[in-house]
Amino acid sequence: MSRTQRALSFCLLALLGLAYWLPRAEPVFAVLFPGRDRLIYRQDTFVDLLVAHLWIVGVSSGLAALAGVGVALAVRRAWGRAFRPLLETLLAISQALPPVAVLAVATPLIGFGPLPALIALFLYGLLPIAQGTLAGLDSVPASAREVACGLGMTPAQILRHVELPLASPVILAGIRTSVTINIGTAALASTVGVKTLGLPIIIGLSGFNTPYVVQGALMVGLLALTVDQAFAVLAQPLRRWREPDGQETLSALTL
Amino acid sequence: MIDISQVSKTFGSAGPAVDDLSLHIATGEFVVLIGASGSGKSTTLRMINRLVEPDRGSIRFAGVDIRQIKPEALRRRMGYAIQSTGLFPHWTVAQNIATVPQLLKWSKARVADRIDELLTLLHLDPDAFRGRYPHQLSGGQQQRVGVARALAADPDVLLMDEPFGALDPVTRATLQAELLRIHALSGKTVVLVTHDIDEALQLGSRIVLMNHGRIVQQGRPIDLLRHPANTFVHDFVGRTEIGIRLLALDRVASRLRPGERAAGEPISAELSLREALSAFVARRVDRLPVVDEQGRPAGALCFDDLLER
Repeated sequence: MSRTQRALSFCLLALLGLAYWLPRAEPVFAVLFPGRDRLIYRQDTFVDLLVAHLWIVGVSSGLAALAGVGVALAVRRAWGRAFRPLLETLLAISQALPPVAVLAVATPLIGFGPLPALIALFLYGLLPIAQGTLAGLDSVPASAREVACGLGMTPAQILRHVELPLASPVILAGIRTSVTINIGTAALASTVGVKTLGLPIIIGLSGFNTPYVVQGALMVGLLALTVDQAFAVLAQPLRRWREPDGQETLSALTL
Repeated sequence: MIDISQVSKTFGSAGPAVDDLSLHIATGEFVVLIGASGSGKSTTLRMINRLVEPDRGSIRFAGVDIRQIKPEALRRRMGYAIQSTGLFPHWTVAQNIATVPQLLKWSKARVADRIDELLTLLHLDPDAFRGRYPHQLSGGQQQRVGVARALAADPDVLLMDEPFGALDPVTRATLQAELLRIHALSGKTVVLVTHDIDEALQLGSRIVLMNHGRIVQQGRPIDLLRHPANTFVHDFVGRTEIGIRLLALDRVASRLRPGERAAGEPISAELSLREALSAFVARRVDRLPVVDEQGRPAGALCFDDLLER
């Protein structure tokens, strides 16, 4: 088990342990915040909130990854090249809108519930992924592309066997940034009534209940760390060929 | 093998890169396209495997107009190597060499055999190099792998665009010798682009000197040196160094006096006369003992013999 994998296991254990321990932590919070009642958030279990949070982040980031990589690939084709500046402007604008504002505008139009939150998170997550994909593809050496073509690979084969594998570390880094940011931003979706780990934070803030805020924040923070570490583990094999004594047999070749 | 007929290509608004060029390349020839940058030599090479499509004219490969062959299919029948090697950095040496055989769907066993055969041909130990990644190789080793990859599917033609341009002089000389050996062994048709006149003179069975998209002169190396068609050719082959370059075309063996003796450290009969001249000057002698490939005394070379009679 590598160091990154050990760190991931540690984060994961800490996260699950916290979700299990918080409902039983009344004595600790009683010491930290003396003279209060309602010390522990109990409207939902933290496991429920964690699952709901992961679901909304998973759906929005999954769609953002598909769309982000898709548009980036499209504007690199001959027919899409003219749209690249437009795409970069649109992405910059979408990044400039505060997610709370998107929620505030989308909710009256679409109604309460997860849909406006999904839209806001999707738009917010698009930029790092599309930019990562563009940067990754730009970093593929021109000589590799030229030789791939000169040796008789079709454009689809060049993309699959040369461009995407070489760009994948940078693409994955973009997705990692996007997902990590979205985990934090998703907490805000609770302002429009979506069940996420942000719910204890929002309720705690509006009811001046600091213990709730602390509990929600701890969970969101640990979740972000865990997912970030999971991406670090995913990124490892993509860079294997850069390592000093990488060994690989022909059987791994999959053309 | 390759018939280029009245081909022109213009990029953008500048003058034509290739201008009404016709060139016939026979099977087994080693043709070197040479010229300054912008002379159209690379464009000509890249039109042969359809990386560049000509505006006018036609190119025939083995009797068939290349526009009737799918570009990918055509390219898989022509080996291709370029200056910066273009090895795929995320693939091992074996995977890189296997590129075209894999595209042609060869069986695993056949591919593995071919990889070992080519590594051996290019003097790389298969067991040591098969699993390495390009960044673990020296520049010369990378270029050997690049050449092996170009040869992998046993193509009819080898196209090389300044393959040794980025190498140090010693490595370059070794690889040039290897390429000549492989050409002699395989009898493949080779088209090589370079701007280095010494490389062209050493490698080419025919040299095609280009300027402004046209052929200025073509012929055997000795033709260009002895009978330059105009001052451009004369300048290009190096006015003041023509004598030296003529010497480089011949081996010591051709001027040897068999059976005669001389004192001192012997030189090999396989050396070029240019290297022999260097030895005369460096050692301040006018007679050198010569040994054959096996190291047996073969005779002597006299300074006067350097002059053709």
